Amino acid sequence: MTNESVAKAPKSTAPSAPGEALQARETRLFSLDGKPVAFTSGQTILEAATAAGRYIPHLCAHPDFPPHSSCKLCVVKANGRYLSACSTRAREGLEVESNTPELNGRRRTLLQMIFVEGNHYCPGCEKSGFCDLQALAYQLEMQNPHFSHFWPDRTVDASHPDVFIDFNRCIFCELCVRASRDVDGKHIFALTGRGIKKHLCINSRTGKLGDTDFSAADRAANICPVGAILKKHVGFSTPIGKRTYDATPISVVSLASLEASK
Amino acid sequence: MSFALETASHPENLKRIAIDPVSRVEGHGKVTILLDDNNHVHQVRLHIVEFRGFERFIQGRPYWEVPVVVQRLCGICPVSHHLAGSKALDWVVGAPQISPTAEKMRRLMHFGQVLQSHAVHFFHLASPDLLFGFDAEVGKRNILNVAAEYPDIARQGVLLRKYGQEVIRLTAGKKVHGISSVPGGIHKSLNKEEIAFLKQDIGQMIDWSVGAVELCKRLYYSNLPLYENFARCESNLLSLVRPDGALELYDGLLRARDSKRKIIFDKVDNRDYHKVITEEVKSWSYMKFPHITALGREIGWYKVGPLARVQNCDFIDTPLAEEMRQQFMDTAKPVNHATLAYHWARMIEVVHCAEKIRDMLDDPDLQGNDLLRQGKRASEGIGIIEAPRGTLFHHYHVGDDDLVTMCNLIVSTTSNNQPMNEAIRSVAREYLDGERVTEGLLNHIEVAIRAYDPCLSCATHALGQMPLQVELVNTDGTVIDTRTRGADFI
Ligand code: SF4
Ligand code: FES
Repeated sequence: MTNESVAKAPKSTAPSAPGEALQARETRLFSLDGKPVAFTSGQTILEAATAAGRYIPHLCAHPDFPPHSSCKLCVVKANGRYLSACSTRAREGLEVESNTPELNGRRRTLLQMIFVEGNHYCPGCEKSGFCDLQALAYQLEMQNPHFSHFWPDRTVDASHPDVFIDFNRCIFCELCVRASRDVDGKHIFALTGRGIKKHLCINSRTGKLGDTDFSAADRAANICPVGAILKKHVGFSTPIGKRTYDATPISVVSLASLEASK
Repeated sequence: MSFALETASHPENLKRIAIDPVSRVEGHGKVTILLDDNNHVHQVRLHIVEFRGFERFIQGRPYWEVPVVVQRLCGICPVSHHLAGSKALDWVVGAPQISPTAEKMRRLMHFGQVLQSHAVHFFHLASPDLLFGFDAEVGKRNILNVAAEYPDIARQGVLLRKYGQEVIRLTAGKKVHGISSVPGGIHKSLNKEEIAFLKQDIGQMIDWSVGAVELCKRLYYSNLPLYENFARCESNLLSLVRPDGALELYDGLLRARDSKRKIIFDKVDNRDYHKVITEEVKSWSYMKFPHITALGREIGWYKVGPLARVQNCDFIDTPLAEEMRQQFMDTAKPVNHATLAYHWARMIEVVHCAEKIRDMLDDPDLQGNDLLRQGKRASEGIGIIEAPRGTLFHHYHVGDDDLVTMCNLIVSTTSNNQPMNEAIRSVAREYLDGERVTEGLLNHIEVAIRAYDPCLSCATHALGQMPLQVELVNTDGTVIDTRTRGADFI
């Protein structure tokens, strides 16, 4: 990455009272697709854009956690260079392009790679309609997987009474890893292996979720953006039309949920 | 079409074609005709790509996923799998008795499904054969030509199908692959507007379906020797019936009659299906060969579907359909085994479905809020339903960890396999001329298979023409002639 990168750095901005903090600093601007966006010092491009109500596609970033910078969906062109918006600090005068056919085409390709690398079978998946990956595919108008499927041989861990993991659908965003470690204080998940052998593993003697002190109330049980970590017995309990992304695209939901969490 | 990951440098420029990640197995229906030493038809085998792989695919999946995932089994009647899976898993969540709202929603969905599937089958697939004759040019035997020459019939077919799809959409959430039926009940009911919407056209649907029955009857009597004898196949009959003997499509008890209409077994609880039905495996097919255990493998095979149901029941509990059933039964001496009578029986069921839908729409339970039930968790569930093509069995074992450990399905095409073989054999005996598979033979085999409406890709995709291969094999196993016809996608 670049010297602007703040990947793996602790959460960059969390002014206790955002209103005051903003006033205390003079407004500085960068441009996003030709329109000005105000930012405060330390904010990433993604954070500043989101705060200004401007959507930049992203998948592994989460407002409550430091950037992970792994999915690359958020990559923008800033002063001609490709940079991850989730882990690059905003700078005065930066000219950022995001919503362009070229960048969206690359994002679509990344999504297609994610789809073929795992076993993402939307019509049979209970996360359908709630899934960030699927919603992004709709947002970016991905119409098919395009590449040959890898059909990896992955399993399901149903050993826990309340939560199950379908490894077929894990996209290695490490949100569960981060949540279990940083919020729940349990260190239940980790990514292990390299390249195509990379996989999520569970920190117990047997490697089974049922042998950990994981709970359905844990933050880590409620953060997976795809259908990999799911509560048991919920299944298809929400009718079509009432699921998060049925009527509202992720570009809108993602800005609104940040608004709501403020 | 898909591309190896590393070779596509500018994927954004390439044409995109929507592909379902797990595409259904497609293929030809393949018929092998085995000749004896005198070059007479000895045996006929219909080979169908079957679902055993699917049963393994379900194993290891959480049970609540099953009613949705199994819908991928069949492109033409996914709702039947959705409901049979749900019914089986009602037992697993300890709620074999679901709420009245849930049961009525599911029934309504099922009536919509049977209505639309039968409409497609009769109007889109079969009516061209029946109206233009089996030997009419292939290019002529399709729905477009029906639309040109019999515009009213074609239009009614299209709109009946559409009405059925609307029922499915409102009850299941989507026209295809809905998700509303869940183990223990349903997750939605109908609102006033939806009921009013469905009420608008139901009277018209009943009239049209009555017209379709009249058409079938007329065609039948217009050429009685052909209709009675073409691809005729005498067999036992199997279906669900209501405890009081009425025609039942969603939930009933198993009954079988022999070819003379004598009861073989009756009032068999769904959970005891394996006591009365045995599934045999044969080396040359992936398909299983179910038969009535008491009669044994040789004579125990049976037919399912409209022709079996309409004759297996004692009555139909809606007046128009019952009147038409009685007229139909005039042809049964004591059982109508004519393959082409399937169409007539099928349309009687459409009348029944339409009458049922009309009656149900007045039921306040469809607007209820009591949707889900739950009880003591069990490890096994069996659900049997009358799918458009016949009795459909779903059987699951579920482990303590909620994953499916065993899945056994008997689809109607599997049950009808032997009757179809017999029907084709009868056609081959009559129309095989010398050592060649002629166009005429192919056409007649096609018409016979289509009457059973098997879940072949040909039945689902090819409107007007089914992808079919017929091969002629002599005693030493040599293929002496083949004729293939590809799918004709309209
Ligand atoms: S299980 Fe879910 S949250 Fe955890 S790494 Fe995989 S996709 Fe991310
Ligand atoms: S959101 Fe920035 S790399 Fe994933």
